[in-house]
Amino acid sequence: MTGLPDERIALKHGTGGRAMRSLVERVFVQGFDAAPGGGIGLKEMDDGAALRVGDRWLVLTTDSHVIHPIFFPGGDIGRLAVAGTVNDLAMMGATEVLALTSAVIVEEGFSSADLERIQRSMQAACREAGAPVVAGDTKVMGRREIDGIVISTTGVALTDRVVTDRGLRPGDVLLVTGTIGDHGLAILAARHGLALEGTLGSDVAPLNGLVRAALAAGGEAVVAMKDPTRGGVASALHEMAAKSGVGIVLDETAVPVSDAARAAAELVGIDPLHVANEGKALLGVRPEAAERVLAALRAHPLGADAALVGRAVAERPGSVILDTGVGRRLLAEPDGELMPRIC
Amino acid sequence: MSAPSREAQARQLRFRDPAEARALAARIAQLTEQIGRDPVAVMHVCGSHEQAIARFGLRAVFPKALDVIMGPGCPVCVTDVPEIDEALALAEAGVRVATYGDILRVRGSSRSLADAKAAGARVEVVYSVTQAVELARASEGPLVFFATGFETTAVATAAALLAGTPPNFSVLSAHKYIPPAMEIVAEMPDTRVEGFLAAGHAATITGARVFEAFAARHRLPVVVAGFEPLDVLAGLARLLELVRDGRAEVANMYPRCVTREGNRVAQEQLWRVFRPMGGCWRGIAHVPNGNLRLRDEWAHVDARRRFDIDLAPLRADAPSGLLRQCRCGDIRAGLARPSDCALFGRACTADAPVGACMVSSEGTCRIWAQYGGHPDLETEAQQ
Amino acid sequence: MCLGVPGRVIEIDGLLATVDFWGVRRQVRLDVVDEPVAAGDYVLNHVGFAIRRIHESEIETTLALYEQLLREADEDDLMAADVRGEVEASAKRRDKKGQ
Repeated sequence: MTGLPDERIALKHGTGGRAMRSLVERVFVQGFDAAPGGGIGLKEMDDGAALRVGDRWLVLTTDSHVIHPIFFPGGDIGRLAVAGTVNDLAMMGATEVLALTSAVIVEEGFSSADLERIQRSMQAACREAGAPVVAGDTKVMGRREIDGIVISTTGVALTDRVVTDRGLRPGDVLLVTGTIGDHGLAILAARHGLALEGTLGSDVAPLNGLVRAALAAGGEAVVAMKDPTRGGVASALHEMAAKSGVGIVLDETAVPVSDAARAAAELVGIDPLHVANEGKALLGVRPEAAERVLAALRAHPLGADAALVGRAVAERPGSVILDTGVGRRLLAEPDGELMPRIC
Repeated sequence: MSAPSREAQARQLRFRDPAEARALAARIAQLTEQIGRDPVAVMHVCGSHEQAIARFGLRAVFPKALDVIMGPGCPVCVTDVPEIDEALALAEAGVRVATYGDILRVRGSSRSLADAKAAGARVEVVYSVTQAVELARASEGPLVFFATGFETTAVATAAALLAGTPPNFSVLSAHKYIPPAMEIVAEMPDTRVEGFLAAGHAATITGARVFEAFAARHRLPVVVAGFEPLDVLAGLARLLELVRDGRAEVANMYPRCVTREGNRVAQEQLWRVFRPMGGCWRGIAHVPNGNLRLRDEWAHVDARRRFDIDLAPLRADAPSGLLRQCRCGDIRAGLARPSDCALFGRACTADAPVGACMVSSEGTCRIWAQYGGHPDLETEAQQ
Repeated sequence: MCLGVPGRVIEIDGLLATVDFWGVRRQVRLDVVDEPVAAGDYVLNHVGFAIRRIHESEIETTLALYEQLLREADEDDLMAADVRGEVEASAKRRDKKGQ
């Protein structure tokens, strides 16, 4: 019925790549009714949903967070839970967050002090984003019935204009708001006990302020947005390319990567383009507006390393070609758990 | 990040300089044209070379008439069915087996070490033979190190044994020796290979001289090359020069790591512990002197002599239908590309591999799948 | 199997070295390296064993080697241009004779 060959969910179905999209499509998208009034709903599988309310759009999104370790260099599950949802709203063009909800499921035996530390971190992120938590839920499950803690957040916002992830046309350029690979590689390093000089830290941060600045500068010339979370820049670009019906050429030498991330990536044999980012966005922009949007990004503290990294082309719609500087190849999407090659 | 680390990174990245790469690629195109044949086929025998080529998309900048083929350069891929079965038999008999991660999912007659592990066998992944020795030291009961890899990796196994290992430690050697495989390829009747790119790290150990007799006998040039893009491109350019001029010589284009004599200390340790023996490489049949086995003096740490390994129970199951369609053998010998196999990217993926070439991180199929499926992408016109 | 990133030796304890790879630290054994190794030296690592000490000067030597290859290409080009010139000239002479 689900069409899955062996009828069992595997870990790869949660990693943000092809397998997950396939599962979501078959089980959920086809199973539920479409969004009312021609809004943006499940079918579009965009960062959020958008529903017409009067002459504005109500943008709505939800996310569950199950990350381990729950406290990592640069952040924690609480900050992630707030930033992740705020950013999904921002990626739809909705930067003025009305409210968030927070549903928490905790394992019996979880530390109270840790729970409070997580809440404080959420509050700090809420302040940064100007997004209050107004409703929530709390559940406790028995020992080993759940792993530590799961936080689900939902966010709502109103906006005049919705930006999808499918608005690219050949000739449009792609901007990235900063260094790539920090979050995913920091988590991998923490999980595998990689002894790094200094610490590679997650970039987790609410981006609505940064996106506000970009939209103020670019307006309708900002035609597509997506944040490269699970599956990395590679997955996000594949989705944008496929949904827009364009090919994308990505200039690897232009993609900003910190020295520390580059080192970790090289040593564990994982591509920074394949790992999650939690404080970065990809913007598709009409070429004539590229410079002013880039300038606006760079003027903002979270966008100092913003760069023009690619362009949309008519050839090979749905494919992403990587220009490595010394050659060219197709950029693959990660499909499944990333297996580091530790040596 | 500290200044010295940053400097070291910057120095290494000079070997990825786009302008230099473009110049070398132009040189390669020029030489291919001067040679005048279509195709001109050259072969490399190292998974790390294929990774460099695929990762950086170098085939897109090679001229159409140049065919850079990957030969049998993946040690995991050529580890034969009986060798896997030996490790499996031990694991399923309750012996603790430690090995490098790649070999885990390669099937023997019917199943893999990963299958055995999932069923409760004590199979551990290690990143170094030293780690396996430490595991043995820290525990009771026998521990067998299932040693895969070419001669560069065998050096590590030899060094570990020479440094002294605890009595419960033994080695099941599936190590392989690359130069004999080059002979096999050069002697294949339908071979069109006009020159070889030799692996820089193996040559760091053996020295460039190990290829001199081969070059003379087969009248084929051999160039030793490193693994950064400029290393590969410069190595290929040099090789094509030799092909063009009909010079069956050995050229060392990796002097920062390779000398003519190689690392004598490592060689001495290697040959003190191992001797070459003929054996089967998966999919390539018999390779004289292609396997490295423990010398008689090391019988006391040889798992094959310590244990009575019974392979009969493992031969029961027939190979799956999919395996019959698997073209790994041809791919390893450089006679086919992954994209020539009907299973590639469809029934055979990195997540659900059929053949060994898709299991190992140095297997051609796995490398191609990782880097976009078709790293022989044609150059597109600039927009 | 670490792909050829040379590591910088931080400290040595007998045959065990702490080596830094672009800011990532690893333990590497010195049993099979064929030269004395000291802190500050660069080594090539393979499965936890240093197999070669890399002399920094050799990086420049290598890059110079690649430059040399390209310079020879330019000379080749000039030669090729000469040959082409000859061929064209003799073709012209043949055509003239044929008229």
